[in-house]
Amino acid sequence: MTYELVPLAVLLPFIGFLINGLLGRLIKREAVIGAIGSAAVGIGFLIGLNVLFSMLAADPEHRTHVVELFPWISAGGLQTSIAYQIDPLSVVMLLIVTGVGFLIHVYAIGYMHGDPGFWRFFTYLNLFIFAMLNLILADNFLLMFLGWEGVGLCSYLLIGFWYDRNFEKGTTGDAAKKAFIVNRIGDFGFLIGMFLIFTTFGTLRFAPVFAQAEAFPVGAPIMLAITLALFVGATGKSAQIPLFVWLPDAMAGPTPVSALIHAATMVTAGVYMVARCSLLYALAPATMTVVAVIGASTALFAATIGLVQNDIKKVLAYSTVSQLGYMFLAMGVGAFTAGIFHVMTHAFFKALLFLGAGSVIHAMHEEQDIQKMGGLKSHVPITYRTFLLASLAIAGIFPFSGFFSKDEILWKAFAGGHIVLWAMGLFGAILTAFYMFRLVSLTFDGEPRWAHGKHPHEAPATMTVPLMVLAFLSVFGGVLGIPAALGGGNAIEQWLEPVFRPALDKLPHEGHASHVLEYTLMIVSVGVALGGILVARRWYRSTTGVPEGIAARFPVIHRVLVNKYFVDEAYDAVVVNPIQKGSERILWKGIDVGVIDWLVNASARFVAYLSRTVRVVQTGVAQGYALAFVLGVVAILGWLLVH
Amino acid sequence: MSVPLPYYLALSAVLFTIGVVGVLVRRNVIVVFMAIELMLNSVNLTLVAFSSFLGDVTGQALVFFVMAVAAAEAAVGLAIVIAVYRNKPTVHLDDINILKW
Repeated sequence: MTYELVPLAVLLPFIGFLINGLLGRLIKREAVIGAIGSAAVGIGFLIGLNVLFSMLAADPEHRTHVVELFPWISAGGLQTSIAYQIDPLSVVMLLIVTGVGFLIHVYAIGYMHGDPGFWRFFTYLNLFIFAMLNLILADNFLLMFLGWEGVGLCSYLLIGFWYDRNFEKGTTGDAAKKAFIVNRIGDFGFLIGMFLIFTTFGTLRFAPVFAQAEAFPVGAPIMLAITLALFVGATGKSAQIPLFVWLPDAMAGPTPVSALIHAATMVTAGVYMVARCSLLYALAPATMTVVAVIGASTALFAATIGLVQNDIKKVLAYSTVSQLGYMFLAMGVGAFTAGIFHVMTHAFFKALLFLGAGSVIHAMHEEQDIQKMGGLKSHVPITYRTFLLASLAIAGIFPFSGFFSKDEILWKAFAGGHIVLWAMGLFGAILTAFYMFRLVSLTFDGEPRWAHGKHPHEAPATMTVPLMVLAFLSVFGGVLGIPAALGGGNAIEQWLEPVFRPALDKLPHEGHASHVLEYTLMIVSVGVALGGILVARRWYRSTTGVPEGIAARFPVIHRVLVNKYFVDEAYDAVVVNPIQKGSERILWKGIDVGVIDWLVNASARFVAYLSRTVRVVQTGVAQGYALAFVLGVVAILGWLLVH
Repeated sequence: MSVPLPYYLALSAVLFTIGVVGVLVRRNVIVVFMAIELMLNSVNLTLVAFSSFLGDVTGQALVFFVMAVAAAEAAVGLAIVIAVYRNKPTVHLDDINILKW
């Protein structure tokens, strides 16, 4: 009975979406709208907890259940149902999405207070949760794709939520379109992968696909094609090189959206998808290498950009891209559990960071530039403390949650023999610690750099309570994955082991590495992270001039970083502008005006010419018509007579 | 001794031709009307002649229909002529040529 309730968890946000969407304008009372939206997600979380406990009670081998609701598409060989697969992996994701989602819904009640689009905001949020739950609970690729597209749509709607505001060089609408179009490129890869799966296996359901895949040899070319195509989809949704450009711009949306969609849940969909298809990836070692290299490169690349950004949300956005890179690095080196573990801890501390940033922005009256902040520590004490805890977690300081997940990833990369990838990850970790504490110091420490008219104040309880809950999770979330070397049971690894075992069996087994080595690496990574923190605090707590000095000594590097490696400009030059110019000159003025319009006009002119010629026959003299009539009769009669 | 059939046919052919020519060459609407009546009546003559020749009354019955239609046609046609005359005081066909491009 427990498992049969899971479809209800999916349906409730949809009901919330309908109620708030259709009646929200009439309800008007923010408390009611917010309560409906939050409850729809909160009940889903309770259902998820219930499932978790009954799974814990069950035998580890019998924790996978499929709840089939009704047949969806039945056409030829394609049989697809609306069916939900509940197994250890999807339950973890279900709890993350509904749990963090619920907290962010509650936070949004306070954050969006007074916004004319309040009901619209909760409508979109509920629709997002509905789509996201379809994505993670689907038992086939098609339903997953429905959710995949659905979250993309909600992302678009929510980035452009304040459609009347300006954002950077354009409007929020431009940022929304950018996100949608870049995602569409990735989705195309997902579609191709799905088609390949269907032609190879004849079905889109997970269980039969993976059962048949077992028979393929490691390195089969078709697996390479499928996994690469799917990974293109993942780079789009999870903002990896080369399709990461939309995520920093997605910060145009309200801050709860950045926390929920563009940090904690939606962007991890790509990681989840790779984890779900772990067996297929394990059969394509070349793709695994690609995933690992892209992940490590993105982790390092985005971290370097994060060093010099001055918009509080931009720093966090690049940090998200970077952390997603770590997750893909984990996937690529076969540390699937560590990747999902990092998805979870990242959801806690990154949601907290974004919500804390929202609280700061709220206190500073919509100011986002950290150069114009400073000294906020005493004005927003709860926000400061929670933000600090989240920063320690993301920096990977023992014993905060981020330490366990990030260190697990780095350890698995090292133990698997990927020393270069490990070094990239470690360097990224130093940068992470540095830019996070640069952010903390510039925002909360030192002298106030804001105008005297402002009176920063702590946020209401609806906003601070979710912050505190998330802070608790950020600090203690790591206990689920304490590695054996530290005397823990690594609960999450055991929990997810049945899901990933088929994939792990296909991967080459690494030699047993000693605990001593593991301790050493732990000390190294915590040590360098602490170093990054200390340097950042020394340079940025007060105006020291050191960063400016470094920037002046390396002007080229500084300019490249501030301009985000000119990636947007390069894409504009290589892709966007040629398409726009080509569309204008060739498609519009050449083919549309020159060929299609010309043909239409020419046929019209031809008919007009013909009419002008023929209409002289119509003299208006009725007797002329009668004469033609008679002549015609005479001609026909004559013809009949002759024959 | 009755008149042989070809005589009737020849007469009605002549009358029909006169009617056709009248329709085509005359410019007075009333005269054109009369020419049309002439054509109808030449056909009537043919029908009656064949009816008598074949000993079948169907042809005569048909004549009544033709006469009825001719009467209706004359009524409508003259009504149109009067209606046109009210707008444009003429019965000359060359002046009634507004039905053109």
